[in-house]
Amino acid sequence: MIETHDLRKTFKSRKGPVDAVAGVDLDVKKGEIFGFLGPNGAGKTTTLRMLSTLLPPTSGEATVAGFDLRREPAKVRYVIGYVSQEGSSAPEVPGRVELVMQGRLYGMSKQHAVARAAELIESLELADCADRPTKTYSGGQKRRLDIGIGLMHLPQLLFLDEPTTGLDPQSRARMWDEVRRLRDTGTTVFLTTHYLEEADALSDRIGIIDHGKIVALGTPDELKRQVAGDVVIVGTDNASDRVLQLLKGQSFVREATSADSLVRLYVDRGETAMPQIIRALDSAGIPLASLSLTRPSLDDVFLRQTGRSLREAA
Amino acid sequence: MKFLKDTWLMFQRYLMVFLRNPAWVAIGVIQPLLYLVLFAPLLKSLVHLSGFPAGGAYNVFVPGLLIQLGLFGASGVGFGLIAELRAGVIERFRVTPVSRFALLLGRALRDIVTMMVQSLILLLLAIPFGLKPTVVGIIVMLGLVALIGLGMSSLAYAAALALKSEDSYAPLIFTLSLPLLLLSGVLLPLDLAPQWLQDIAKANPLSYAVNAARDLFNGKGFDQAVFEGLAIMAALAVVGVLIGARRFTRAIA
Repeated sequence: MIETHDLRKTFKSRKGPVDAVAGVDLDVKKGEIFGFLGPNGAGKTTTLRMLSTLLPPTSGEATVAGFDLRREPAKVRYVIGYVSQEGSSAPEVPGRVELVMQGRLYGMSKQHAVARAAELIESLELADCADRPTKTYSGGQKRRLDIGIGLMHLPQLLFLDEPTTGLDPQSRARMWDEVRRLRDTGTTVFLTTHYLEEADALSDRIGIIDHGKIVALGTPDELKRQVAGDVVIVGTDNASDRVLQLLKGQSFVREATSADSLVRLYVDRGETAMPQIIRALDSAGIPLASLSLTRPSLDDVFLRQTGRSLREAA
Repeated sequence: MKFLKDTWLMFQRYLMVFLRNPAWVAIGVIQPLLYLVLFAPLLKSLVHLSGFPAGGAYNVFVPGLLIQLGLFGASGVGFGLIAELRAGVIERFRVTPVSRFALLLGRALRDIVTMMVQSLILLLLAIPFGLKPTVVGIIVMLGLVALIGLGMSSLAYAAALALKSEDSYAPLIFTLSLPLLLLSGVLLPLDLAPQWLQDIAKANPLSYAVNAARDLFNGKGFDQAVFEGLAIMAALAVVGVLIGARRFTRAIA
């Protein structure tokens, strides 16, 4: 759905050129939710604006929904929807009017646009406010209207720029459900976020960007596995030295440390390691007090690639 | 076809936005009315001064007032655009296949229509005061207002897109519109001015519009001044639209 090769955007500034996007290679598949994660200022929005035809790339290649971004931006526009961070509706205009207007700009007939708007108002639960000016909307209502505007023309690909920034937890959960429902109906979703949890929970695949470059690309699980696999923590009653000796030599254990009668085992896949650990302890006759599995977070991924924590960088 | 349809959609949208804000509608009518009631009477005592154009105070003043209405009306339109830029509306339109030129022209047409309606109201209100319009005069006058509206609004939109904030747009507009107004002879005819001031005013396109407008109401009819005024305003409209369209087709960074 999206393929880019060495996509770049350089802005001129008083201090000289700034590489906002410094060679991005992306491959977004049809029908997936692709999460674009990175700290503020990493180049997420600039990339998004290039892919949605708002900003001409300085150099590089990109194909969006089958069309060459630089040669056929007009064709790209018909098949993509874009929901910006700043909102998209005029304060004095009712949501329904905005929706209908949007459809008509894509060449829908009036009847068709009115019917489609009614459909979206229903599914996005905007019935209560659809005919009021948008300045009276709550944050969540406004964001849902923005999404509706982006979906009016049934785009194959929807760009969402920081869809949940500024939303309360309830509205955020609702937005996540909405995005998943979109994916389930076949729409490809490309979203940017600086929330780890959001990228993790929502995305089928993730691209992590820092200083204008992709530093990691893959499914959330793949990315986390790249870091150090999983961590299995074995608790024993004063037998941690024996446990350590026993398990250190096992082929599935990459590394093992012990502290406070807990043994931490770094393994490739925690799910398969845990039964092996239990069996090994059983046959050695060592009683097991507790066993837990933790996974590295996307923050560990970011940390490994950039040397900084995303929470600090953001 | 798409261009015409998009222009019509934009025109409808912005007319609706304008009408939803009754304060603007009221200001648009009340302001010229204040000039008519609170300023024009002063001119009555100047009518017999040597150099004051023939035709009586209202036939001299009201046509100029319509030009001023065009100038002030157009200079304010950029504020709406800046608000829309901030609300993300313009960016949203840019992602759609909408004709870029329609984004400009649809708005400018709305401006023209509101200015023409205001002008018509003002002309009708001025009749009891002593304005003696002809049907042809009114029609040509409205045409003149439309050309000013198109040219000046387009320039105002171009400035708003370039500056992107009220804080820089407002000073620019006030700095430019005041000398344009003073040097157009709207308030007092430039015939009363010293020669050097008249010479500077010749560089102001609006002064030709004011001369043309006056001749449409003082019985001179279609003279050279009218043609000059129409031609210069048409040129202004073309230049304004070209500059505005160029701005609208460029990306907003």
